[in-house]
Amino acid sequence: MTEIVFFLFGAIALGSAINILVQKHVLYSALSMIVMLGSIAGLFVLLHAEMLAVVQILVYAGAIMVLFVFVIMLLNVGREGESPDPLRWLKFVGIPAGLFLLSLLSSSVWHAESGPQTASTFIGSPEAIGSSLFTDYLLPFEATSVLILIAIVGALVLAKREL
Amino acid sequence: MTGYLTSTTFLVLLTKMVVIFGVVLTSLAYVTLLERKVMAWIQMRPGPNRVGPLGLLQPLADGLKFLFKEDIIPTSANKIIYIASPAISLIPALLVFAVIPFGPDLQITDLNVGLLFIFAVTSLGVYGIVLGGWASNSKYPLMGGLRASAQMISYELSLTLSVIGVLMIANTLSLQELTELQGGVWFGFVPRWNVFLQPVAFCIFVVSAIAETNRLPFDLAEAEQELVGGWHTEFSSMKFAMFFLAEYANMITASSVATILFLGGWNGPSFGPWWVEMALPTLWFLTKVLGFILFYMILRATLPRIRYDQLMAFGWKVLLLLALANVVVTSLLVAVGVL
Repeated sequence: MTEIVFFLFGAIALGSAINILVQKHVLYSALSMIVMLGSIAGLFVLLHAEMLAVVQILVYAGAIMVLFVFVIMLLNVGREGESPDPLRWLKFVGIPAGLFLLSLLSSSVWHAESGPQTASTFIGSPEAIGSSLFTDYLLPFEATSVLILIAIVGALVLAKREL
Repeated sequence: MTGYLTSTTFLVLLTKMVVIFGVVLTSLAYVTLLERKVMAWIQMRPGPNRVGPLGLLQPLADGLKFLFKEDIIPTSANKIIYIASPAISLIPALLVFAVIPFGPDLQITDLNVGLLFIFAVTSLGVYGIVLGGWASNSKYPLMGGLRASAQMISYELSLTLSVIGVLMIANTLSLQELTELQGGVWFGFVPRWNVFLQPVAFCIFVVSAIAETNRLPFDLAEAEQELVGGWHTEFSSMKFAMFFLAEYANMITASSVATILFLGGWNGPSFGPWWVEMALPTLWFLTKVLGFILFYMILRATLPRIRYDQLMAFGWKVLLLLALANVVVTSLLVAVGVL
């Protein structure tokens, strides 16, 4: 049963991830990205990481992608390919770099030691995530929040030049 | 596999699902009738009273009318997204009822992240409105969709922040545990509801919930005088009805969450023989939710719509600051051990 659900969500995630790249219309790409985020949340649930799954939907699908869609609609960005893309040369760098990343990831997955077959139910609970954020990972956590603060201030400065 | 499908646990779960969703869908239809009646009474009219006794069959007639109306799809609309958007709006609105505790045992599933699940799923509802407005390919719906997304993103912040105070006191995200913690009384007569511990958070939550559900006085996304009907201008027949139902479902959800978080959920005095005692918690829950829904309706009938810039200024400059201050004060009080 779990395997069927895993392959179902995996297939949806892969299919929609490919669809992000293939679609010509920006809005369709954004929508496939939402589907991909949702199916990855499904995979998290299978791993008993309900907290991660819910946060994935809440933060990525429910907030960040809404802003993406909002901007696409506000600027009324249409189809690609109506004018020549000024960044065409990036393909020649991007494809080898992507292949390199793929080989790195697949080799690390290949050599990884297999963990426990069933994930513990405790690891994904809100308490576990909260306490590890504020003990083991306190420094990265605080550094990230400072980074976000810098980004907010930067956005404000860019948006209001004559403050 | 088949063993599970015939086991008692599964059958009980199935019965709960059927009962809860049957009751929710029926009551959705009747909340629309109630709204029309309440509005009519406030405006000193009789309201719908022709179909059935006291107009009680009106929702049925409305449903049939929506089903048999001609379904018009604008020629320049984006067909796939246009057809999908009512469903995108309605599905998250109904999905939420899977985790709402209507009684001590009357809950489909008690997630350990129940409250976050509700916030996550309802935050997806905005896509129905935004995409519906965009796919209509017409200027008023687009304006409505843009307004709706900006409004819902802004008010989601204060809505979520207002809840943090309650969570710090309760130390759990499970809706059933949140309810159980509010059982009992203080000084012999004051119920241990969170509204007495977190009055500011309660007010912020109620106001933001009105904005999140796009109800008057914050229904800038449909604003008839400016935008015809907002994002659903181009929708007709059953597609319009689905948007309509989603709005009412969101209203019931917001009322239920407010009841669970602040008004003690299904807690209430229990008395009488065992069958009364069993039904009472659900009755208390439904009464509190109905109270909230009536409050929403009275607001709609008595308040004028505010301007869009006022809405944004109020959300970002007043509500968000109040919510942040509430979080700071509550965490200080929790840290010194008062709460």
